Amino acid sequence: MLWNSLLWILWQTSNTPEMADALRQSGKIYVVVAVILVIFAGIIFYLFRIENQLKKYERHSQHLN
Amino acid sequence: MVKLMQQSWWKLLAIFLLCYTVVGGLLFAVPRLNILNETIRNLYYHVPMWFGMIILFTVSLVYSILYLYRGKLSDDLMAVETANVGLLLGVLGLLTGMIWANYTWGSPWNGDPKQNMSAIALLIYFAYSILRASIPDPTKRARISAVYNIFAFFSMIPLLFVVPRLTDSLHPSNGGNNGFVVYDLDNQMRLVFYPAVMGFTLLGLWISSLRIRLRLIFDPNYNHSSL
Repeated sequence: MLWNSLLWILWQTSNTPEMADALRQSGKIYVVVAVILVIFAGIIFYLFRIENQLKKYERHSQHLN
Repeated sequence: MVKLMQQSWWKLLAIFLLCYTVVGGLLFAVPRLNILNETIRNLYYHVPMWFGMIILFTVSLVYSILYLYRGKLSDDLMAVETANVGLLLGVLGLLTGMIWANYTWGSPWNGDPKQNMSAIALLIYFAYSILRASIPDPTKRARISAVYNIFAFFSMIPLLFVVPRLTDSLHPSNGGNNGFVVYDLDNQMRLVFYPAVMGFTLLGLWISSLRIRLRLIFDPNYNHSSL
């Protein structure tokens, strides 16, 4: 039974287009996800800094009008 | 409109959708296909650039029509800044498409009709910026470029959606190529693809809203106009 399912997995992986199965199984794909998320968070943080600065200017220019 | 641009709920929604796109786009299961292999995941990042571009150009079109209708300079500002970010997304779409094409089609530029026509569509929109830069008078610039923008939009539509379907194209679902129907219909991929389109579009609108608000305060041509 176990042998059969093992054979089936072997058959499946050898007959389908190659994918990064090892990268997923070892969990190293999470390293990539983490890196992209950190970079994205940095960009978003910066966008919010611009946003806040802009709000300050907007309040200021409303006082003038 | 300024109120909506200042609100943060839709920006947080963009962040959430884009985080989901990164995580889901890299981790969720995708169809196992020859040639494409794992690069099928580019569908979550390359294609939303074009969808986002078209949505931003549509917003730009609406504001150009509005400008011609009611003559408010702030409408012109909305039109130009959404078109600028749309152009940015289009260039990113073209560059990412070239990287993907190099891997799957053998060369970055294959003279594929959709590739050629999207390059032409981008040139038409670059001409919009050049046209604007060449007219110093703000109201004349707004009127002429609004008319041009309407023409630009309605020449982009056939270039991207009609011409590539008239001939053979390497792009999926264009011309004789139906090889990608597998992923066109894959519901698992739609689960990430549509949120990705929404996320990137909202991010584009966010960036254009920053520039619009900035110019409303500091650009002498616009700072007395109200949205």
